[in-house]
Amino acid sequence: MFNYTLRRLLLAIPTLLFIALVIFLLLELSPGDPMSDMPLTIPPEVRQAMREALGLGEAWYIRFYKWLYLFAIVEPSHILAGMTGWDIAMEGPRILSFQTRSPVADIIAQRMPQTLWVVGLSYVFGVLLAVPIGVYSAYRQYSWFDQTGAFVSMVGFSLPTFFTGPLLILIFSIWLGWFPIIYDTTLVVDSWYDFFLQLRQMAMPVFVLTLYNVAQINRFMRASMLDNLTQDYVRTARAKGLTEKVVVLVHVLRNSLIPVVTVIALGIPAIFTGAIITEQIFRVNGLGQLLITAIYASDIPMVLTLSVVFAILIVLFNLIADLLYAILDPRIRYD
Amino acid sequence: MKTKFALFGAATALALLPMTASAQRGSSGHLNVIYWQAPSIMNPYLSGGTKDVDAANIVLEPLARYNGDGVLVPWLAQEVPTVENGGVAADLTSITWRLQEGLLWSDGTPVTSADVAFTAQYCMDPAGGCAQLRQFNGVESVEVVDDLTVTVHFAQPTPVPYGPFVTMGSPIIQAAQFAECLGARAPECTEANFYPIGTGGFRVTDFRPNDVITFEANPNYRDPALPYFATMTLKGGGDAASAGRAVMETGEMDYAWNLQLAPDVIAQMAQGGRGVPVAAFGTLVERIEINMTDPSPNLPPETRSTRAAPHPILSDIRVREALSRAIDRELLVEIGYGQAGQPACNLVPAPPMFASEANENCRAQDLDRARALLDEAGWVPGPDGIRVKDGVRLVLDYQSSTNAVRQDFQALIQQWWREIGVEANLRNINSSVFFGGDPASPDTFQKFYADVEMYANNFPGTDPEQYLGQYRCGMEPRPETQWQGENINRFCDPAYDALHSELARTANIEERARIARELNDILVQNFVIIPLVHRGRVSARATTLEGTDLNTWDTELWNIAEWRRAG
Repeated sequence: MFNYTLRRLLLAIPTLLFIALVIFLLLELSPGDPMSDMPLTIPPEVRQAMREALGLGEAWYIRFYKWLYLFAIVEPSHILAGMTGWDIAMEGPRILSFQTRSPVADIIAQRMPQTLWVVGLSYVFGVLLAVPIGVYSAYRQYSWFDQTGAFVSMVGFSLPTFFTGPLLILIFSIWLGWFPIIYDTTLVVDSWYDFFLQLRQMAMPVFVLTLYNVAQINRFMRASMLDNLTQDYVRTARAKGLTEKVVVLVHVLRNSLIPVVTVIALGIPAIFTGAIITEQIFRVNGLGQLLITAIYASDIPMVLTLSVVFAILIVLFNLIADLLYAILDPRIRYD
Repeated sequence: MKTKFALFGAATALALLPMTASAQRGSSGHLNVIYWQAPSIMNPYLSGGTKDVDAANIVLEPLARYNGDGVLVPWLAQEVPTVENGGVAADLTSITWRLQEGLLWSDGTPVTSADVAFTAQYCMDPAGGCAQLRQFNGVESVEVVDDLTVTVHFAQPTPVPYGPFVTMGSPIIQAAQFAECLGARAPECTEANFYPIGTGGFRVTDFRPNDVITFEANPNYRDPALPYFATMTLKGGGDAASAGRAVMETGEMDYAWNLQLAPDVIAQMAQGGRGVPVAAFGTLVERIEINMTDPSPNLPPETRSTRAAPHPILSDIRVREALSRAIDRELLVEIGYGQAGQPACNLVPAPPMFASEANENCRAQDLDRARALLDEAGWVPGPDGIRVKDGVRLVLDYQSSTNAVRQDFQALIQQWWREIGVEANLRNINSSVFFGGDPASPDTFQKFYADVEMYANNFPGTDPEQYLGQYRCGMEPRPETQWQGENINRFCDPAYDALHSELARTANIEERARIARELNDILVQNFVIIPLVHRGRVSARATTLEGTDLNTWDTELWNIAEWRRAG
């Protein structure tokens, strides 16, 4: 298993290099200009000088090499120094955002908490709700519970967050006045009252995203359970006189979880990409909002860095999903 | 809606009300301002974006700035130098500023003329990529005379020497803080760029790029009674609609910047009763630009849309005039901008002294006149109503950036033009591409691979000399200049150039205004530019907020130190 993991990790390096190059070239070829946000009153020669100050005057392969060096060597040294407190941060330039002229890694670190709180929590809630709902829906197929679950899932699937978000704002913020429509990212939770404020401002975005996550995961769970409930080994288990509780929760559930675990594990990197639309609607200003504003502003270093970080997370969680199979199903061995 | 709409005149009147005796620094508590575009940096020299310049001007201040009426008022300087008071040399080659006495930075150190001279050095460094370099046009040197006096020397006689250190684009930065940040090192100074030390009413306590900035009152502010607010939050992001809602409907925010929304949407929000929209007009004009050159894809890339190939249809002034006469500007304003727009007949709509009164006949739509002009030009209606001349149909490509109001305008104008027998093919292009200036893209507004295009532009400050100078021969984008240039129409008239050169030599303000009006009339009466709407700015303030004075000549937050809570 260890050898397998190591082999997979090593293989990931050329894959990631290739992904980084493709993203870089895509950004390079796509239209747009970091100066397009500037007012028209700034004359063209000044724009040109600003472009050059951003380093855009150099050939693409030089810029890619520079970025790669900073991303692979310099930035990790800063992150490590930040986490351990050792004095190993390398001197010299870092990956700077075109918009803010500040290190990209610092901004990403600043945005992480909001995204993990809101998107991460909604994912946790989504999984915690979806798995029991899926199990019970499958066990009592076509019951009123199953039908209601199917209806809620359809609603969650088909109503986009850019519809449910403003709808919730209209009802709960404007008519009822219960929740704020502006997320305060500077709120520091150090008292029960602040904790209440934090819950209050998270309520709507978390609800919107949870609805979507529950809808998605509970359908997978239900389908997988249904597949297994009709298998021979279930009949055998029942024939042996095991209680229904043991049959469903031990035998069927464990086997049904294998495909669901893949879905859940592969969904985790999506937490880090943030929820672009929901973050924008509720002004959570996390990683999703960071990515979309960077794309609009043609902030190439920011978009490139974020995209490659996401690519790394996806490769990593793919591996984790594969390793989890082996734990859930002893028949699967990689060595 | 009309009664709730407080024009900036009313806001000014409020600002002049006598203040209550209890008013003192910090007495108004906390202020919440929302910008739906989030500020990225607090250094206006590294970003020309309005959001960044506005945020920076809460902390950093210029020597003089424009007030809500477009009048230059001293800010950090004792007075605005003029030829009359001896501050500007008689030969117009230098201007001498005197700082107010006793000014302190927010860290308690004194503000000196060395800081002013350093600011010029910082922006004029060739490796710095300074966004505000235009403010320092023609500056030869900046000389420190004594601790409070600084003289700017220009290479040429400069009739309007109010570029360097004037208005929001050119505030003074602290030499001590930015000393290590010159030229190519400018972007490395993250700390200074996010937490500049300034002279303004507030100082930054927390800066989160593209998200939120928190401020507190500057303890060393020159007026001991100001600012009235003790702390302030500038939240960014989201969209204009929910920003307006947060002020006018839920009351979470006190001030929302630049609500680019349909007039009926704003009116509906104002029903919420917690805030009111405020509007003011600057120099922003939504216009149709006519391509005087041939954008035909059959031409080789060296001559397409360049002066080598005059436009086969639009070179005829009668066709251009017909296009303008067919437009109902009153209706465009009503649909697109409401209180935030006025029909425009001039390229230079303000200040009043510079606005021509010779073109008011454009306000009324005149379809008959338009048809007569086309008849006269030899364009006769074909079987489908579209006019034809020598086998060529009168079809125009009409492009603009993607934006709901612009697409409404395109559809309306397409309809009016159809009524006079002109077919328009509509196209809209994502703004980041359209305004992006990428020479490799065929879709930039500079490249102008279309017959007509629509967007808005304005000029900074109150003097249109540079703005009108954009239409000189040789200023047009073309392959040799990598398609950079500001003469979008490729207009060229030696008489215009001669008159503009005269403007550049003239110092007398009345005379300047007269020449500027004439230049405006040449462009508008030749129908090279078809002005549509003089666009104002609409923002919203909470009903409990006093002292705001929406200023389109400078930043909206220019007098934020004087903002206060009612009662």
